[in-house]
Amino acid sequence: MNLRHSWIIATKDLNAIRHRKTIIYTIVITPLALSLLFSYIVQYAVSSAAPGTSLSDYAFLLYAFEFWFAIIAAIIPSPIASYSIVGEKVEKSLEPLLATPVTDGEILLGKSLAAFIPTILASYAGAAIYMASVDRTLYSVVGYLYYPNSEMIVILLLLAPITCLLSIELNVIISSRVTDVRSASQLGGVVFAPFMGLYIAGEIDVITLDTNSLLVISAILAAFAICLFFVSTRTFKREQILTKWK
Amino acid sequence: MVAVSEVTFQVKEGEVFGFLGPNGAGKTTTVRMLCCLISKTSGRARIADYEVGNEGDSQRIRKMIGLVPDNVGLYEGMSAYDNLDFYGKLYDRSESQRKESNEYFLKLLGLWDKRDSAAGALSKGMKQKLAVARALIHDPQVLFLDEPTANLDPESAKTVRDFILELKKEKKTIFLNTHNLDEAQRICDRIAILNTKLMAIGTAEELERTVKGRQTVIRLAQANAAVAKALERLSLSNLNYEGTRAAFDVVDPERENPPVVREIVEAGGEILTVTVQGSTLEEAYLKLVRKQE
Repeated sequence: MNLRHSWIIATKDLNAIRHRKTIIYTIVITPLALSLLFSYIVQYAVSSAAPGTSLSDYAFLLYAFEFWFAIIAAIIPSPIASYSIVGEKVEKSLEPLLATPVTDGEILLGKSLAAFIPTILASYAGAAIYMASVDRTLYSVVGYLYYPNSEMIVILLLLAPITCLLSIELNVIISSRVTDVRSASQLGGVVFAPFMGLYIAGEIDVITLDTNSLLVISAILAAFAICLFFVSTRTFKREQILTKWK
Repeated sequence: MVAVSEVTFQVKEGEVFGFLGPNGAGKTTTVRMLCCLISKTSGRARIADYEVGNEGDSQRIRKMIGLVPDNVGLYEGMSAYDNLDFYGKLYDRSESQRKESNEYFLKLLGLWDKRDSAAGALSKGMKQKLAVARALIHDPQVLFLDEPTANLDPESAKTVRDFILELKKEKKTIFLNTHNLDEAQRICDRIAILNTKLMAIGTAEELERTVKGRQTVIRLAQANAAVAKALERLSLSNLNYEGTRAAFDVVDPERENPPVVREIVEAGGEILTVTVQGSTLEEAYLKLVRKQE
């Protein structure tokens, strides 16, 4: 595999994404809005808490908010992957691309990188804002910097990249079945539903989103990601694209 | 459903080979198979020394071919220059090579002034020319053109056609898919007529000859009894001599007409015009395609 080819395709797509306002809004606003909202809620909870309230009283809130950065990583790739794959299909630019000596794997990797890089950067930026703000708020309560903690490290270094990859893989599969970017984006948006389910399970105390649970969830999702990788690479073959993609 | 079968042909190096056929004849499928975009279910195809369908050879074939698909497929949001540059990078051309070839093709095709314009803002003709330039950016040995002048206005179509003729002078091997008979006749060295199966192959003249019903019409300055006798002696097929007009069936006018003309002149006839009527490439094409249907 020639990684340079993948990088050329990724940079082409990243440049194209820069001019798509709706995608930029999703990349910037989603993590920014959620990190500011969560920070404000934590701040409000601390300021309105009764004297003697300890850190453990905020734990459920913090676990839930941390998990959202894994959910964000599943939301953002959807419009990017939809645009970069279905967009090419709509513009009919896939055929000349497929006629070059670039392999299917190189194209798929390039498209995946174009969705992965901004997603991870946006998720990390949002998480950095959230962590800095919460540290500032909680320092007066706990007397030390609460973040980065083990849960956030697992989420940012393990869970977020895995959910991002899962989302990209599902979007590749969805893109092979739809004819326009909007449908792909809407269907791709459903990808984050299972993560919302996990979040709700955490909220209603079915599971605790602590480090151990997050590691288990990461392992399960990684197994799913590996299975989906094979499905998406089978879907993304030039013959399939030219003859089977609607 | 069988898209294409029983197709056997050979294209020589430096030849412009036309693939004529109605919509759904399998022209695009054949090009896609030869460009290693889709696999064949049976049979064998080779480009240069490489086997179509072999994984390793497919990559080598893609390096040595250029494809202009029926839909130009440009990146509409990218500039004309960047469209070419992107493909140059994918063909591992160095920055200086890309700069040189981008400028060369954009100037050659009259697009240099539009180099910074978004491809989406270009006219259809300009887009088509840009797509041809994109296919040539890596100096391919073989160029596949799938309906390159379809949907173009006459002026743009002429520009593209003239450019193909320029490429012909450069001895590029060109495989031209078209359903424009005039274009095929003007550009191609040889033509194949395809309608799911290969119906015929040859030069335009050879294909025209396959159709019966061609007629030579000779107009004379005045009626002449000696000419009438001379024509009768020649035992021409379906001879019709009335007044100053003589008409007879021919299969190969270039071979059959000179002796007739010579006989008329020797008999004292004064020839005003000699025309061959009837069978054209269009008739040959229609006959072959209808026969298949």
